[in-house]
Amino acid sequence: MNLIKLRKAIFSKSVLRGFISVGGLIAFWELGRRLQLPGLAVVPAPSEVFAALSDIVAKPEFWDHWYASFTRVLGGFIAAQLIGIPLGLMMAMNRYFHAFTFPLLEIMRPIPPLAWVPAAIIFWPTTELSIGFVIFLGAFFTVVVNVIGSARNIDVRYLRAAQSLGSRPIDIFKRIILPAVLPGIFIGMAVGMGITWEVVVAAEMIAGKSGLGYLTWSSYVGGNYPQIIIGMISIGIAGYISSSLIRLFGRFVTPWQSTQ
Amino acid sequence: MEKSAGSVGKVVVDNISKSYDVGRLKEPVLDRCCLTLPAGQLTVLIGPSGCGKSTLINILAGYEKPDSGSITIDGAPVGGPSSDRLVVFQETALFPWMTTFENIVYGPTVQRERLRDEIEKDAAGLLETVGLREFRNKYPSQLSGGMQRRAELARAMINQPRLMLLDEPFRGLDAMTRELMQEYFLRLYEDKGQTSLFVTSEIDEAIFLADTLLLMSARPGRVIKSMPITLPRPRVPSMLTSTEYLRYKEEALDILHEEALKAFEGGSQAAADFVEAYEERETVG
Repeated sequence: MNLIKLRKAIFSKSVLRGFISVGGLIAFWELGRRLQLPGLAVVPAPSEVFAALSDIVAKPEFWDHWYASFTRVLGGFIAAQLIGIPLGLMMAMNRYFHAFTFPLLEIMRPIPPLAWVPAAIIFWPTTELSIGFVIFLGAFFTVVVNVIGSARNIDVRYLRAAQSLGSRPIDIFKRIILPAVLPGIFIGMAVGMGITWEVVVAAEMIAGKSGLGYLTWSSYVGGNYPQIIIGMISIGIAGYISSSLIRLFGRFVTPWQSTQ
Repeated sequence: MEKSAGSVGKVVVDNISKSYDVGRLKEPVLDRCCLTLPAGQLTVLIGPSGCGKSTLINILAGYEKPDSGSITIDGAPVGGPSSDRLVVFQETALFPWMTTFENIVYGPTVQRERLRDEIEKDAAGLLETVGLREFRNKYPSQLSGGMQRRAELARAMINQPRLMLLDEPFRGLDAMTRELMQEYFLRLYEDKGQTSLFVTSEIDEAIFLADTLLLMSARPGRVIKSMPITLPRPRVPSMLTSTEYLRYKEEALDILHEEALKAFEGGSQAAADFVEAYEERETVG
């Protein structure tokens, strides 16, 4: 029964369409290079990229770059959650705290994370810490804003019902406010994760000695064009894996959401 | 659920007024409203939309304070929200992140006064009574509208409140479901005998359920007439066609119509609502 379902899922029309579009793109690209179409003539063809790929995946350095980017993303991202979620909750629940912190947040928030790179390098003792800090900023503001938004939008009926049913403040926090903001937290995480990958790649290009962003940029500097494409695709796959993990985790933690 | 039925929950509302700020003006919602809910009885309050019914419920529940006047329950003044006065809302207020069962046991769980086994036994019994045994592990979003209201009734009932407040709990349900819900509710009420205030804008529902029917004026709302309904219990749907029932309905509609005309001359939005609600009622009846 499950096997049949699995087969149906794999050989479904939408999967087929996906293959056609991706396959079509690859075929067009290969053909464009061979026919010397303007623009495509200078881009390495898929066949060249695949050839380079089989070499590069065998090298441990390639995987070191993956590892470097992933640990940076994970570190900055987790730090952003650990600081951003409690901060957002506090800002949503305490008027005075909100009045003090909100203007600060709103001035800092529009500054693009990458604009922080020079200041971060001066401020933090190591490059690694500066990159981590910039990644942290990329996810941090999104998290805070999403937590505040979802905490403030909790339906007053839930709070009233909880009060009437005899909740203490700690119950209201643990059993009402936290679960009510969880979906918002995961939206913030998903968006924040996207920003995090943008930031890590750019930061590695500017200041890194390792990572997928560094790999892509140094391939350009070294004239290894197929490797640029491999770097780019790696970044895409890495971002996709990260956001899938967040979606999975989110579905696990907020089971009531997937029933609607 | 062995709380002695009929002996607790006498509510006296004395001369309460409440107004809201609308810009620089004060819009009175309740004006010297008086009513008494006899212990163990089911009182139904009917009035046009916008007449202050929900405000009255919110004040009784303790979510809002009246500008003046007093409310006592069994002689003691009411304060903030408490599990001895529970509200079943117009729209579902079940917690979406809890299953039906978790919702129902929520009250006793956070009150931490009863043993877990006892709570769960009670909850299982209530689930049975409201016909949701098979849905105990479903989330509210997986229940139909009628099931959600039933779960909500059970979530309130398990606390053995002295006063049940029901704010148009069956509004928005289709006619068939609504009828079923009224029967479920009556079954629970006739079983437990908890003092209840049921707010509705449906005249048939009102008479079918009520021990006493209170008619409310247009905004600013006050109770203009108290009608005892002496149809025997248990109530059955066939009573809806008895001559006694029709006499009650006629009397109530006459008063409501008079009130509608009076308010209509005032030309307020509430009056327009009232006339509309009245006409709706005529076509339903």
